[in-house]
Amino acid sequence: MASTLSLTLRIWRQDSPQVKGHFVTYEMDDVPEDASFLEMLDILNEILIAKGEEPICFESDCREGICGTCGLMINGQAHGPQKGTATCQLHMRQFKDGDHIVVEPWRAEAFSVIKDLATDRTPLDAIIKAGGYISVNTGAAPDANLTPIPHQTAATAFDAAACIGCGACVAACPNSAAQLFCSAKVQHLNLMPQGQSERWERAEKMVETMEEFFGSCTNHGECEEACPKEISIDFIAWTNRDYIKSKLKNRSLFAQK
Amino acid sequence: MMEAMNSRVPQGALAEKWANYRSDVRLVSPKNKRGFEIIVVGTGLAGAAAAASLGELGYKVKSFTYHDSPRRAHSIAAQGGINAAKNYQNDGDSIWRLFVDTIKGGDYRSREANVHRLAEVSLEIIDQCVAQGVPFARDYAGLLDNRSFGGAQVSRTFYARGQTGQQLLLGAYSALMRQVAAGSVELHNRKEMLDVVVHDGRAVGIVVRDLLTGEVSSHSAHAVVLATGGYSNVYFLSTNAKMCNVTAAWRAHRRGALFANPCYTQIHPTCIPQSDDFQSKLTLMSESLRNDGRIWVPQRGDDKRSPDQIPESERDYYLETKYPAFGNLVPRDVASRNAKSVVDSERGVGERANGVYLDFADAIAAQGEDAIREKYGNLFDIYERITGENPYKSPMRIYPATHYTMGGLWVNYELMSNLSGLFVLGEANFSDHGANRLGASALMQGLADGYFILPTTIGPWLAEQLGSQLVPTDHPAFAAVEQEVNERTQQWLATKGTRSVDFFHRELGKIVWDYVGMSRTSSGLEKALSEIPALHEEYLSDVRVLGSADSLNQSLEKAGRVEDFFQLAQLMARDALLREESCGGHFREEHQTEDGEARRDDEQFAHVAAWESNGDDHIRHEEKLEFEEVELAVRSYK
Repeated sequence: MASTLSLTLRIWRQDSPQVKGHFVTYEMDDVPEDASFLEMLDILNEILIAKGEEPICFESDCREGICGTCGLMINGQAHGPQKGTATCQLHMRQFKDGDHIVVEPWRAEAFSVIKDLATDRTPLDAIIKAGGYISVNTGAAPDANLTPIPHQTAATAFDAAACIGCGACVAACPNSAAQLFCSAKVQHLNLMPQGQSERWERAEKMVETMEEFFGSCTNHGECEEACPKEISIDFIAWTNRDYIKSKLKNRSLFAQK
Repeated sequence: MMEAMNSRVPQGALAEKWANYRSDVRLVSPKNKRGFEIIVVGTGLAGAAAAASLGELGYKVKSFTYHDSPRRAHSIAAQGGINAAKNYQNDGDSIWRLFVDTIKGGDYRSREANVHRLAEVSLEIIDQCVAQGVPFARDYAGLLDNRSFGGAQVSRTFYARGQTGQQLLLGAYSALMRQVAAGSVELHNRKEMLDVVVHDGRAVGIVVRDLLTGEVSSHSAHAVVLATGGYSNVYFLSTNAKMCNVTAAWRAHRRGALFANPCYTQIHPTCIPQSDDFQSKLTLMSESLRNDGRIWVPQRGDDKRSPDQIPESERDYYLETKYPAFGNLVPRDVASRNAKSVVDSERGVGERANGVYLDFADAIAAQGEDAIREKYGNLFDIYERITGENPYKSPMRIYPATHYTMGGLWVNYELMSNLSGLFVLGEANFSDHGANRLGASALMQGLADGYFILPTTIGPWLAEQLGSQLVPTDHPAFAAVEQEVNERTQQWLATKGTRSVDFFHRELGKIVWDYVGMSRTSSGLEKALSEIPALHEEYLSDVRVLGSADSLNQSLEKAGRVEDFFQLAQLMARDALLREESCGGHFREEHQTEDGEARRDDEQFAHVAAWESNGDDHIRHEEKLEFEEVELAVRSYK
């Protein structure tokens, strides 16, 4: 049998967005090393329910690191200490016996706390709604192999498209900026030949919508460090370039009208 | 057969049915489309694709999801790929072949006309997704790449690294958000559908609960579309996401929609074996791994050496030996049962002796580690994160886990259930996979239903409704259902028992896995039918749900879902008991050939079993399956 850990957890509890939250300390023994971080919280919740205490609210769904539903600040790090790993894929073997672990919700003004460790991340959807798509109606597509896409272009677009929309980049940023999320979404489409006709409009609208909700980027690079998909901040640079160009391109388009 | 169970398959030759249907179908004019309201529940591939496409056509659409964002639906976790009969590889593929492979893979328990239509539509899906910017894998000329998958001898699977479902869902989600921006789709997130409202024999709307505030509200429409996924979580441990549930489909069933073939569940052969008792879910490793991985166990059960110490001559590559034509690429049910049989014969590997090896050493030697990393890198990473073992150095350990459910709400060719105005798409319906689904076909079906089939087949129903008013949400029909929903919700808080919802769910899952899992016997099923109701009684009197109904309360949400799983589990066992044959994912030990293969009984069981809810009991109806083009054969992959 794999070994077990004793842990001291300090967990953020907050009943609703309107009331003030606070930390509660929980002592846990016999936490199996093979458990995932969320399974450790499942075990704690079972203990709390047995004692008649309301379980800790935290969100998760696929528990395979792809749906982006989970996300906790663990000892001040978004998704915890293991690089390139979402909270649900973090396992207790990354911790040591006797560790103190502080667990908080995403910390960002744009993501208000709903309850305990659950936050509202719908501003990310607002960015997509502003232009994170290619305007092709169902049925209007040409044959899929009509436009070859160089292997490297497709691979780079994929690197951007791998974003799971968890919001760790925002939570890790001292400014609560969403540049990494936004630029990953912009560049996925702006790199593809199919995305060219709306390229400049997309860059302008998505960036400006982002700025309505989130802070500004000052190149700390914390986002890339926290990203469970290790998305590169190069995409931010490319998006900045597209955004500046868009101001000219969109203006000339306007003049043509 | 019930009168409403007419499959409405169009006339004409098989290959012309869909074309004929589209030529003859009643249409709704652009102006009239704006007057029709449609509810779509679920935002996975089928739901998001349907809501987006209906919005593009000009209908007024309301889209519901219990997630914070439509992008989180569980379609996102599909790894391997999506089938389409493009024949880009020039390896002899065609619509006909994809059709035959799917019918055969489903062990001749699906409707010919539906499956042929699916194969036809597969071509358009790939075109659509590429146009949306889905970054499928490409070769060095920039053209689309393909891989092969279980149950097929051609390479027709399109893929995006090991994240195909994610990329397809992001495509459908982006199309959906475009319609939200355009104002044609109204998005309702964090709303869980808890009932369908039926008035004058047709579905007229739904009742939902806001998961953040607990508010229960009604929504009225000319048509209700359910795209709410499958019910694998009845087993507690499955590869499904934690929130996946049967509630929307089950509640529709309780209001009159037939539930078809509930015993057809799929066990996926390549998952990471369970490591401990606290485990919350099982993780799938895409079956595309079987293209390059070789499955084996030690020849002797007492051989406890590490895998690299076991010489070739003392390994048993049991699939390659037994099925030389398909080898490691036999369909999922065959691969799963063979894994179970070697583990049951005490030749399992790993600490709990509960797995078989999936070995990449030969593929790495032949193609190089970089080529393997390019194809499967993220899968290998997932494996290492979960198990702490490096699959580039030592073989993976895998074991089957519940993954997909072929059964679901009964629908006709137009994807409408027997309840008028209620349409069911994707995994939530029973339609295209028969008794076993082939790999890379779920994404195909979800998108076919959502993008191409429903937007056409919903037309005649709506055309009939022209001029009819919506039933207002203050109508007594809505009020009655709202009250029932409120009572059901309050019931869980009032029980004040001693054990958690998860405790009961886990116990239920064990019974269903043991007796209604990978192989079934009449005595086991009888046992399930006595143990499930007993546990259910305990659940109703002893479950403990803390907190209140007017804020985010995850235990309360789960309590209602687990209740529906209890009811469904009994129907699954009953359906399995009455289907006295083995077919696809439904393996009855009493019905097997001498070498342990499934033995169908086409005389008696070439039909769909569709169950009607009748109070707390059920009535079984049959839809006979007619095969005009394919010959029913013994499925052989040897």
